[in-house]
Amino acid sequence: MTNPTLAAGAVERHLRARRDAGRGLLMPYVTGGVTPGWTDHLRAFAAAGADAIEVGLPFSDPTLDGLTIQQASQTALARGASTRRILADLAGTGDLGVPLVVSTYYNLVLHDGPEAFCAALSRAGVGGLIVPDLPVHEAGELTDVAAAAGVEVALLASPSTPQARLARIAERSRGFVYAVSVMGTTGERAGLAASAAELAGRVRDVTDRPLLLGFGISSPEQAREARRHADGVVVGAAVMRRVLDGAGPDDLRAFLLTLRQALDQECDRPR
Amino acid sequence: MRSVLSRQEPAPPEETMGEPRARGRFGEYGGRYAPESLVEACREVEEAFRQAWADPGFRNTLADLLAVHAGRPTPLTPARRLSQALGVRLYLKREDLTHTGSHKINNVLGQALLATRMGRRRLIAETGAGQHGVATATAAALLGLRATVFMGERDMERQALNVFRMRMLGAEVVPVTAGSRTLKDATSEAMRHWVGVTGEAHYCVGSVVGPDPYPWMVREFQRVIGDEARAQFAAEVRTGVPDHVVACVGGGSNAAGTFAGFADTAARLFGVEAEGGAGAGRGRLGVLHGCRSLFLQDDDGQITEAHSIAAGLDYPGVGPEHAHLRDLGRARYVTVGDEEAIGAAVRLARTEGIVPALESAHALAWVIRAAGSGELAAGSTVLMTLSGRGDKDVSTLKELL
Repeated sequence: MTNPTLAAGAVERHLRARRDAGRGLLMPYVTGGVTPGWTDHLRAFAAAGADAIEVGLPFSDPTLDGLTIQQASQTALARGASTRRILADLAGTGDLGVPLVVSTYYNLVLHDGPEAFCAALSRAGVGGLIVPDLPVHEAGELTDVAAAAGVEVALLASPSTPQARLARIAERSRGFVYAVSVMGTTGERAGLAASAAELAGRVRDVTDRPLLLGFGISSPEQAREARRHADGVVVGAAVMRRVLDGAGPDDLRAFLLTLRQALDQECDRPR
Repeated sequence: MRSVLSRQEPAPPEETMGEPRARGRFGEYGGRYAPESLVEACREVEEAFRQAWADPGFRNTLADLLAVHAGRPTPLTPARRLSQALGVRLYLKREDLTHTGSHKINNVLGQALLATRMGRRRLIAETGAGQHGVATATAAALLGLRATVFMGERDMERQALNVFRMRMLGAEVVPVTAGSRTLKDATSEAMRHWVGVTGEAHYCVGSVVGPDPYPWMVREFQRVIGDEARAQFAAEVRTGVPDHVVACVGGGSNAAGTFAGFADTAARLFGVEAEGGAGAGRGRLGVLHGCRSLFLQDDDGQITEAHSIAAGLDYPGVGPEHAHLRDLGRARYVTVGDEEAIGAAVRLARTEGIVPALESAHALAWVIRAAGSGELAAGSTVLMTLSGRGDKDVSTLKELL
């Protein structure tokens, strides 16, 4: 296993410290540029006790996103959102006290080239990067230049990933490992898939890197259950559905507080 | 052994159109840029394809299906009156005469057979013009599989007849309302759907695009066009190999299959794209639908909509092998606009009694233009793949003519 002290960057250090203090990690997601004043949502996330914040750079052809995030991406693009504008907005937001992690499809990374892209992330104060269509065997072109720019590329693990490959993903991933809870796209679901626990267990077997479960986690109950298997959760579509329905920062903070409380309660249970 | 090469017998060009390099690369293009949830499914398809393609039993079964169901071999038709008018000797490889009316059936029968070998009971597919959807629905019916075809709402309006055909064949046609409501959005939706059903369904990609092994596998299933044409040409024409080989390019499957039969000869290869969908001509490096290739993009890296009167050509990119052939200079990619293509369709109808698909009419339009400009030397031989018949386009043409 990689030496965590050497490998860990700011995002991983932050998440490890919180995890090691017994806290369930919460990483809410927002699509950059989805509404005017969208960066106010980031402040609401931080105020609600987020441990990291994921900001999506919208792409025209999101092949791993369900309807809600597709709609959010289209809305943002129709409003003129672009990588450059979203990063400028982030740079102007000031320190939120939690790491920022950008997620986007690889075409936007390649557009200016991985080096320029990562440098731009770094300038905007972004410490982490998720690229859902860049699996570990194609990631070499990005990971080294990202590391040089101080950007931690978190890789995704899926229920269909064989164990040997999972070990490779966990070893190459930086910041955290993003475990996709279900064979499907992003989007709210009624319950946590059985595959989530199984995958989390398999990731646990190969790394002690922070492990976040995402895809389908949309209620306090699911967050609580996810916390039993992983270090924390990513909540995207459940946030974005509210944003698309007109929720403001206060509404989002209230929603995330319910997740925060659920995670905290789960942490209080004997483990 | 291949048949006799052309008269000058130049050294064959660099080995091209063989197996891709490691990680599914054609030069710097290709690869498997799929969500992690699809990587294992792609690996399974690759393994199954490698085994099947090396298995004479599989190849014989496929060859038999292509013969008794799809109607292969398709003829090589000399376009006599048009040739006389153009001053070149034009031969048409008649994929329009296959069952279902386009080259798409070659690939689909291959993939459907592979799917049954893998134990899959269901095919999913995307379609633009509807031809790949119809072929998929047909193969599914033939082999007793279920078929779900994703199609952009706009294409469903343009190709209502093909929608009906698919449904009549028992396929489910799912309208895609996202984005431009055309082929690229249908492809995205098919990929999203596949993520949830990898265990039961085979994603039957319709062109030489998508994550490894699809660009390679689809080209191999379409290679039958080029291999047949080469043998037929050698039998028909003294020179053995045509001077020029021309095919239309959307994603580029009929062109890839045609070119594959001639990649090791001195024939000059030409891919003809729609002006509004010229991935090889105007695309820039990117990653879409699982592969690294050339795609039409705006200044922010968003994929832009392609436009063509031929629904099969309005994909905003080309298959990775075409991007590589372009870089090597082994194939040249040129463009033709809607009006020129319509003119060519009418001309073929009136000189040869063949109504071509508007996609194929693009290739013909370029032949007509290049013969007129002298780019195709007088008396030179031209092989052009007529990828599909124009039945699906007659209502479009009726409104314009």
